[in-house]
Amino acid sequence: MKGWMGKSKALFLFTMLALFLAGCGKENLTALEPKGYGAERSMDLIILTTLIMIGVFLVVMVIYVIALIKFRRKKGQEDYIPKQIEGNHKLETIWTVIPIILVLIIAVPTVIATFDLADESQASTSLNVEVTGNQYWWHFNYEDEEIVTSQDLYIPAGERVYLNMQSSDVIHSFWVPSISGKMDVNPENVNTMFLEAYEEGVYWGKCAELCGPSHSLMDFKVIVVSPEEFDQWVSDMQNVDPEQVPEGAVAQQGQALFEANNCMACHAIGSSPVATGPNLTNFGDRSTVAGILEPTKENLVEWIVDPESIKPGNKMTGAYPSISEEEANSIAEYLMQLKPSEITPESAGN
Amino acid sequence: MSITATQKRGFSAVLWDYLTTVDHKKVGILYLIGGGFFFLLGGLEALIIRIQLIKPENDFISAGLYNEMITMHGTTMIFLAATPLLFGLMNYIMPLQIGARDVAFPFLNALGFWLFFSGGVLLNLSWFTGAPDAGWTNYAPLSVQSPGHGVDFYVMGLQLAGAGTLMSGINFIVTIVTMRAPGMTYMRMPLFSWTTLVTSILVLFAFPALTVGLFLMMFDRMFDTAFFDVALGGNTVIWQHLFWIFGHPEVYILILPAFGIFSEIIPTFSRKRLFGYTAMVFATFLIAFLGFMVWAHHMFTVGLGPVANSIFAVATMAIAVPTGIKIFNWLFTMWGGSIVINSAMLWTLAFVPSFTIGGMTGVMLGASVADYQYHDTYFVVAHFHYVIVGGVVFALLAAMHYWWPKMFGRILHEGLGKLAFWTFFIGFHLTFFIQHFLGLMGMPRRYWVFLENQGLDTGNLISTIGAFFMTFGTIVFVINIVYTAMKGEKAPADPWDGRTLEWTLSSPPAHYNFKQLPLVRGLDPLWIEKTEGNGKMTPAEPLDEIHMPNSSIVPLIMTIGFFIASYGFIYQVDHKAWLIAVYVGMAIALGSMLYRSLKDDHGHHITKDELEREAD
Amino acid sequence: MSQDHSLNPETMPQDPAKATMEGKHKHLGLWIFLGGETVLFACLFGTYLALRNSTAGGPSSQDLFGLELVFLMTILLLTSSLTSVYAIYHMKNNDFKKMQLWFGITALLGISFLALEIYEFAHYIIDYGFTFRSSAFGSAFYALVGFHGGHVAFGLGWLIALMVRNAKRGLSLYNAPKYNTFGLYWHFIDVVWVFIFTVVYLMGMVS
Repeated sequence: MKGWMGKSKALFLFTMLALFLAGCGKENLTALEPKGYGAERSMDLIILTTLIMIGVFLVVMVIYVIALIKFRRKKGQEDYIPKQIEGNHKLETIWTVIPIILVLIIAVPTVIATFDLADESQASTSLNVEVTGNQYWWHFNYEDEEIVTSQDLYIPAGERVYLNMQSSDVIHSFWVPSISGKMDVNPENVNTMFLEAYEEGVYWGKCAELCGPSHSLMDFKVIVVSPEEFDQWVSDMQNVDPEQVPEGAVAQQGQALFEANNCMACHAIGSSPVATGPNLTNFGDRSTVAGILEPTKENLVEWIVDPESIKPGNKMTGAYPSISEEEANSIAEYLMQLKPSEITPESAGN
Repeated sequence: MSITATQKRGFSAVLWDYLTTVDHKKVGILYLIGGGFFFLLGGLEALIIRIQLIKPENDFISAGLYNEMITMHGTTMIFLAATPLLFGLMNYIMPLQIGARDVAFPFLNALGFWLFFSGGVLLNLSWFTGAPDAGWTNYAPLSVQSPGHGVDFYVMGLQLAGAGTLMSGINFIVTIVTMRAPGMTYMRMPLFSWTTLVTSILVLFAFPALTVGLFLMMFDRMFDTAFFDVALGGNTVIWQHLFWIFGHPEVYILILPAFGIFSEIIPTFSRKRLFGYTAMVFATFLIAFLGFMVWAHHMFTVGLGPVANSIFAVATMAIAVPTGIKIFNWLFTMWGGSIVINSAMLWTLAFVPSFTIGGMTGVMLGASVADYQYHDTYFVVAHFHYVIVGGVVFALLAAMHYWWPKMFGRILHEGLGKLAFWTFFIGFHLTFFIQHFLGLMGMPRRYWVFLENQGLDTGNLISTIGAFFMTFGTIVFVINIVYTAMKGEKAPADPWDGRTLEWTLSSPPAHYNFKQLPLVRGLDPLWIEKTEGNGKMTPAEPLDEIHMPNSSIVPLIMTIGFFIASYGFIYQVDHKAWLIAVYVGMAIALGSMLYRSLKDDHGHHITKDELEREAD
Repeated sequence: MSQDHSLNPETMPQDPAKATMEGKHKHLGLWIFLGGETVLFACLFGTYLALRNSTAGGPSSQDLFGLELVFLMTILLLTSSLTSVYAIYHMKNNDFKKMQLWFGITALLGISFLALEIYEFAHYIIDYGFTFRSSAFGSAFYALVGFHGGHVAFGLGWLIALMVRNAKRGLSLYNAPKYNTFGLYWHFIDVVWVFIFTVVYLMGMVS
C-alpha cells in the first residue's frame, strides 16, 4: 500500500466499519481485509472505484435534492408553465467529458493490474501445484515434490505459488478471498493463477461457480506456513509410509476395514495418482471433515455412514457397501491417526 | 364492433376475442397479463430463496430444490416477466405515440405473444417433474449433465419464447420505420418509441445467438452431439460466449425501454420538455452499440487472458458515459420545471438514486481485477438487482401508474400506490444494499446454505426481512389493480396534462386508434397544440374508411403445434414413441403456416358511416 | 382502396412487390429478419471455427472433403440465385408465365443442390462413419451445413407452395410481395453458402 492509497484505505475501512457494525466480515475469509498480493491489487481498485463512484453519486444527489425541493409545484402554481429548454451545450459537454476522464482514471490502473496478475514469468522458478476441481472437493498435486493431498492446500508465506487448475467434471471456480481473486477451473483447459500470501494463517477457500447441489459446501482451506515449516511439511509428506500400522486394536481393525471395503480404489494414502476421491495421506491433520465439518471423529463417523445427508449429490454415496456405525468408528479411528507431519493448521496460527 | 358492444359481450365471447385478436392493444394487454402472472411466480420463488437464507445452515428447502428455485427465478424474471411486460407496454403505447393505427405485422404480433406465453407455460410445467437446476445462465457442462428433463424444458421453453420475442422485435422495427404519422419525423419521436426501436434492434441481433446456443444445448442433451463434450473435443466456453453475446444485450433490451419510460414521465410531471433530447437519442444508440462489445465482462475469470480482459474492461466502463449523460439530462429536465409528485413520479424519482448505484457498481465490476473478487458473489447479485429492480421494475411500476388510465380507462388509486411504493422501495434497499458487502465478505452467489461463524448471518437476515417488505408492496399493488378495476376513478383522455399523441385519444382508445391520422408539428405534438394551437391535433387526412386486419385463431393453433412438438422433443429421449408428438406438433405448426400462406386475407374496412356514428 | 388486387398492364405499378403498404412492410421486414439470420449463421460459423480441429481422433476435414462435389453444389446454388433474379425481373414486367418458369428452374436447381448435399452427408456417414456424434468437429460441421440445408429445404417448400397456390390466379399486388420476399431470402441463403464453401470446404482442405 502506497501513500494516499493507504490513507484512503484506512478511511474506507473506517467508513465501512461505522456504517456496518458487523465489520468487514470474518478475518481470513473476507476480501475486505486483503492478506495476499492478488487480493490487495483487487482491493486497491475496489477502493479507487468506490471513492470515485461515491463522488459521482454525491454530485447526482445534490442536484437531485435541490431540484426536488426548489422546483416542486407549490400551491398557486397550478397554471405555471415553466420555460421549455431544449438543452445546453456547455452543460452537456461537461457531463460527457468529466465521466470520460473518470473512466480513464479507472481504466489505466485496471489494465496495469490485469496484466500484473496474469504474469507467469516466475512460474518456472516457483512452487507449482496442480489443482483439480471435483464435485465437491479439491485435489492438490505437488508434482515436482511428488506429494498429493486434498482439501487443505499448504503453501509457504511470502512466496508466489502457481496453481495450474483443471476440472475433472463441471466448471468450478477457485476463490480464496483474503489472498486472491478467483479463477475458473474448466474441464477443457488448464488455467494458471498465483497465490502470494503475506501472513501465516488458515484461509477460507470457496467454490464460486455453480457446480451442483453441494456447490455451497465445496469449501477448502489454504494453510499458509513459514517457508521453513513448509519445507518440513514437504519432507514429512514425502516420507510417509502408506502401510504403517496404526496404534490400538480399534484403529488396526479400521485399517483392515478400509482395505476390505476397497476404500483405496478411490482414496489414496501416500502420493499415489489415484484421485477418484480425496487423498487421505494427512487426514488426521485436516482442518475439516468433508471441507465443512469440525475435524472430530464423530463428524467423520457421520460422514462415512451417510455422506448424502452432509453433501447432497456427492460421488461417495452408494460407491461402497453400507457400513455400520461401529465399523465407521474403527475406520475413523484409523483415519484420524494419519498425522504424518508436525506441521498442521495449528502451526499456521488460528 | 364498438367499445360499448365489447363491454356487453359475455365471457366466452371476450375470451374468443382475445384468443384471436391481432389488435396491438389487446396483444399488449395479453403480454401484461402473461408477464404479470410470471412476475408474481418469480417473486414467490425469490421469497422462497430468501427464506432459505434467513439463517445459517437452514434446511427450509433441499439443495436440489434450491438450485431449481434460483434457476427458475432468474429465468422467469428475465424472459417471462421483465421482457414481456416491457413488450406489452411497447405494443400498446408505441403505435399510439407515433400515430399509427396498428403495427406492421398484426398476425406476427399475435403469434409472438402466443409463442412467448407457451414457452413460459412449458418452462413452468417442468415444476411437476423437476425444474432446470443449472442456473439461469445454464452453463455447460453442468447443464448437459443435469439429470432428468429440467434443462430440456429450459431449452425448449426459451427457444419458443425467444422466437416470439424475435418476431415482435422485427415487427416493431418495421412499424416505426414505415408507419409514423405525417410529420412524425424520427427526431420528433417520443423517447419511449425511440427506445422501442433501439431495443428491437438489440433483440434482432442478440436473440439469434441464444437460439444457436439453445440449439447446440438441445442436441448435446437429446441427440448426443459433442459441442460441449470435452472428451470428444468439445468446448464448454462456447456456451458462455453464445449465452453472453445474447445475455449482455438482453440487459439493455430491458433497461433501454425503462429509460424511455422515465423520459416520458419526467417531462410530463415536470411540465417541461426533455432536456437534451438529441443527446438522449444519441446516448441510447451508443449504449446499444457498446452493449454488443462487452459480453466477455461476464467471463473475466474464465481465463481469456489479460488482453481480452483489458479490452472488455475498458469497453464496459465506457458505457458509463452515455448512461451518465442520461441521468444528468433527466435531472436537468426536472431543474426549473414544475414537479408534481404522484405514484408514477415517485417510482421515477426512486429510480434515479437506485439506478445510479446500480450503474456505479457496474463500472466497479468492469474493473476486471476488482471483478476477480466480485465475480459470482452476492456483490454481483446486488448489482444486477439494483439495475433490474431499481431500473426495470421501478420503470414498469411507474409506467403502470402512468399509462393505466390510457389502457384501462381508470386511474390507479393514489393512496394504495404510495403505500406499495414506500414498502417496496424500503424493502428493495434493505434486501439488496447489504448484499454488496455479503459478497465481499466471502459469500458466493447460488449458495444453498452459508455456514455458521463466517460473519454472514446478520447481513442475510436483514436481506430476508427486506424481501418480506417487497412482497408486501407487491401484494398492495395487486390489491390496487383489483380495487381500481372495481371502483377506480374513470380516466379522461388526458389525465396528466400529457405531451405526446397517446393522450389525444380517448381512454381506452378506439380499436382503430386514430379516426384521422394527426399532423405532427414537432416534438411533444400535443403540448405544441396546447401551447400554440387550440389543444387539438390537426388531422392530416380527410375522414375516410379505415383498413384493418382480420382476427385469426391461426397464431394460437400454430403455437399449440410448436408446443406439442417441444414436449415430444423433451420426452423422445425416454421413449421413441414420443416422436409422434414431434411429428404431429410440427405438422400442425407447418400446416398452419401453409394455411396462412395460401389463404388470401385482405383484412376488412371500417366504413365512413361507422366512423361518423362513433363520433365523440 | 379497392379489394381487387389483380393486375392488368394498364394499372400495373412500376414495382408491384412494393406498391402496397403490406408489400413495403414485407420487404423491409424480410431485410430485417435477414439481419437476425446473419447473427444466427455468424454464431454457427464461430462455433465451427472453434471446433474444426477437435476431431477427437476421428476423420478430419482433409480426410473428408472433396472439391468436385462441393464445387458442383456451389454452381447449382449460385445459378439458382441468378434464375430467381430473372423471375423477379419478369414479375416487374408483369409476365407471370415467365416468372413461374424461372422460379420453376430455381426450384429444380435448389432440389438438385439439396439432393447432392444429402448424398454428401450419406457418403460421410457410410464411407467414413463420420456423424454428428463422432467428434465436436462432426457436431459443428453438421450443425452449420445442416442448418443451411434446412434453410434451403424450407425455402423450397415456401416457393413450391407459392407457385402451386398462384398458378391459376396470376400476379397480383397481394401475392407479388410474397414472391419478392422469397427472392430476397433465396439470395441470402446463397450468400451464406458462399461463406460455407470458403470457410468450411476451402479452408478445410488447405489447413
